[in-house]
Amino acid sequence: MSDGIGTLHELRAALDARKTSSVEIVGRCLRRAEASHESLHAFVGLRATAALREAEAADARRGRGEVRSPIDGLPVAIKDNMVQAGEPTHCASRILEGFVSPYTATAVEGLERSGAIVIGRTNMDEFAMGSSTEHSVEGPTRNPWNADRTPGGSSGGSAAAVAARIVPAALGSDTGGSIRQPASFCGVVGIKPTYGRVSRWGLVAFASSLDQIGAFARTAADCAWLLEAIAGHDVRDSTSIPEPAPAYSGALRGDLAGLRLGLPKEYFAAAGADAGVLSAVRDAVAELERAGAKTVEVSLPHARYAIATYYAIANAEASSNLARFDGVRYGHRAAGAKGLTEMYCRTRSEGFGAEVKRRILLGTYFLSAGYYDAYYRKAQQVRTLVRGDFERAFGVCDALVTPTAPETAFRLGEKTSDPLTMYLSDIYTVSANLAGIPALSTPCGFVDGLPVGLQILGPALDEATPLRIADAFQRITDHHQACPGGSA
Amino acid sequence: MPWGFGVSGADDAFEVVIGLEVHAHLRTKSKLFSPAPILYGAAPNHSVHPVCLALPGVLPVLNEYAVELAIRASLAMNCDVHQRSIFARKNYFYPDLPKGYQISQYEEPLATGGWVDIPIEGTGGTAHKKRIRLTRIHMEEDAGKSIHDDAIAGSDSTLVDLNRAGVPLIEIVSEPDLRSAEEASAYLRAVRSILRFTDVSDADMEKGHLRCDVNVSLRPRGSDEYGTRTELKNLNSFRFIEDAVSAEIARQTQTLREGGKVRQCTLNFDPQSGRTSVMRIKEDADDYRYFPDPDLIPLLLAPEQIERVRSELPELAERRTERFQSECGLSEYDAIQLTASPAIANFFEAAAKQHGAPKVVANWILRDVMQALNALEWAIDDSPLSPDALARLIRMVDEGKTTVKSARGLITELVESGGDPEALIAARGLAAVSDAGIIERAVSEVLAENFENVALFHSGEEKVLNFLMGQVMRKTQGKADPARVREMLARALRK
Repeated sequence: MSDGIGTLHELRAALDARKTSSVEIVGRCLRRAEASHESLHAFVGLRATAALREAEAADARRGRGEVRSPIDGLPVAIKDNMVQAGEPTHCASRILEGFVSPYTATAVEGLERSGAIVIGRTNMDEFAMGSSTEHSVEGPTRNPWNADRTPGGSSGGSAAAVAARIVPAALGSDTGGSIRQPASFCGVVGIKPTYGRVSRWGLVAFASSLDQIGAFARTAADCAWLLEAIAGHDVRDSTSIPEPAPAYSGALRGDLAGLRLGLPKEYFAAAGADAGVLSAVRDAVAELERAGAKTVEVSLPHARYAIATYYAIANAEASSNLARFDGVRYGHRAAGAKGLTEMYCRTRSEGFGAEVKRRILLGTYFLSAGYYDAYYRKAQQVRTLVRGDFERAFGVCDALVTPTAPETAFRLGEKTSDPLTMYLSDIYTVSANLAGIPALSTPCGFVDGLPVGLQILGPALDEATPLRIADAFQRITDHHQACPGGSA
Repeated sequence: MPWGFGVSGADDAFEVVIGLEVHAHLRTKSKLFSPAPILYGAAPNHSVHPVCLALPGVLPVLNEYAVELAIRASLAMNCDVHQRSIFARKNYFYPDLPKGYQISQYEEPLATGGWVDIPIEGTGGTAHKKRIRLTRIHMEEDAGKSIHDDAIAGSDSTLVDLNRAGVPLIEIVSEPDLRSAEEASAYLRAVRSILRFTDVSDADMEKGHLRCDVNVSLRPRGSDEYGTRTELKNLNSFRFIEDAVSAEIARQTQTLREGGKVRQCTLNFDPQSGRTSVMRIKEDADDYRYFPDPDLIPLLLAPEQIERVRSELPELAERRTERFQSECGLSEYDAIQLTASPAIANFFEAAAKQHGAPKVVANWILRDVMQALNALEWAIDDSPLSPDALARLIRMVDEGKTTVKSARGLITELVESGGDPEALIAARGLAAVSDAGIIERAVSEVLAENFENVALFHSGEEKVLNFLMGQVMRKTQGKADPARVREMLARALRK
């Protein structure tokens, strides 16, 4: 992998020094994506012609001295659940076969406005439901560190593409950990901003109150650039945060003096996580202390209810959000059905995979008369308690650090037959979605050759603090520079 | 009546209990959660947007003007408008419901309480008011239309038109306070009048702006408990409502009389046969799996905002009818006629103000203008006639510049095509003959031609004067001012 693509910052410097061009960079990304297709399967679609044309335009802009942003002319991948006008969006599902969007997601518009070039769409668990990228109609993505392992999910394609140096950065979406867990499994940085920080307009909904678009890159500084392109208020999303997004790059000062890091005791309990993972995370905490941070133990007493609460809310919302895929207006429609009910039943039976059906059924049940109070309403009440836990914790610290996932990348097929075990893969990540707070994962070591992720959570609206901590950590460690397959 | 009962209200043994759910389109330019324009009569699926089509990734954004109109309607119906309300998803599958759910309000509606007064006739023809309580008013979006018509869709298929999908509605739910088909229809008329006078809705039933579901049940007279109710769906004219409710009351009465039980169900009314038929039996309540829409934040209204809308509420028909009686000296009947729509009331007020004599103006509108409009099947705002033009025409009559007859003859033309009354009077040669010479000449000619009648007059047959008047008017082609003619004729006869 010696021709691996550099980071956004490296590529920016090379462009500014006229050592390369956007056309050359984008061409290399596209070649690497194609070359790795069989072995990795990170992408479900490439827009080679359009991307090269846009690269030419970016080169021309640069020639005229009209660079739009630090990521102008640089390649980015997007997850297959964000729409771009004229391009297919399938959410790795058969039910959206043939669908081409007539409009563009706000986050993708942000990339376009910044001059970034979308080279293609990445693989994912169908409708972002899963933690392994195995639930894809296109087949699974593999982990660049070990082809027998999953890249995590649901944004596994984006994480794998960045880890394999196919593309310097990618967008993903995170409903319960779908950015952070694959970032952890693939050894890259993945950030889920505060709920509402990035508009959901054009993100195909899984669970509306939890979904959030975020970024993958190999450094915190690259993530900051990407967030600056996509964050901010959007009138088309009623849940969008009205305040303007801060300038994240400016917060990366490398200094952690006086910063208070909270260690939630529930997340470090020996019973929960793999010993190697916990040890890597403890080492990372020690590094941060050496860099000037203070640590304090905090408690998140409702953390143990987070998974149950999350699955009640996420599935309830999903059961309603996915009702629009009915074969009437677009996507797959069962052939030869007699009558409306048969058309609905067969279309949805054929169009959705097993995991999506499971969640629709569960969600429908949670919202049903007689069960609503016991499940959905109760889950909303617990959600308030989980949010309260974090508010109390942030009263005594500036950020929380935890493992991102209880383990390293698991084997392909290992958990597909046991959904409940799969769901536990999100045990450390779902709380941030329930509370709506920002959280990222950054590489902090290896166990048996597989990356471990350190999760850093900040208070609502404050993506800058986790980014600043991750950036400082990257200045004093080199875990994020390790490259699958050896040299970078 | 097919069920053999002519009564639409109470039977001796049973009391009728009726509640209405009225859906009214709000008069906005765009849809409730989408920027798509609302264009009645647009080609199918031409006033749509990705939001109305429920494309993957779209999100709803609330139309604030729709909220303003919903608040206005709620306040006009005396409701308590809540500072916090919640949009919820009502989940069900149907091809004209693109998202698979309708955004409505459920647990926390915009407004609750309130009432609408309806006029009812008491014993011995006395009129009084009955207060119908409202349960709630909430906002929701309309669905699209499924077209099953063989001629359009083919015998085997259904076409979907999503132009209507997402059009803002309010649903006004009454308490079961209505006791007859006539009361139900009077209530709906009162609601329509309020919606129109507040400019909240065009409330045109034929165009589907106003739709109505009626819940009907019977109970033994004197009982406090409600009987099992049935629901009549989508009644789209006042006539149908009265007929359908009467038919349903008759059906339930017969069922109960025969010792049967009324089953909870949804009914269809066939206006051709005048019968109701069961569309769907409701064994259990439908499970729509309502939950708060996570794409929308709670609708929060500042008390000042609610009070501002209250302070800007226009005068409603009821209040205006009273004012037309007290300020303009109109009869109750005339005042009610002139407040049938905000347009006619506004027209009357403007013309009356311009002219100065409201009663005179009211007569002209109720007699001549209405007649011309009815002939054209027009409403007042379909006509180019301005209040100012009508006032000027009436003033010309007052001043003897034209005759009543000429002016009345001109009204049809003014109602249909508009125009300047002075210019038209001149162009049509309808100016009153006020030249004393011309009238005098006509008078002497008539007296000369009718000497027998003149003699009769002098012998005391004063009725003859009217005949002579007519002769003079004929000679002047009706353009002479009749008062003037009478005066000159009388003077000439006395000579």
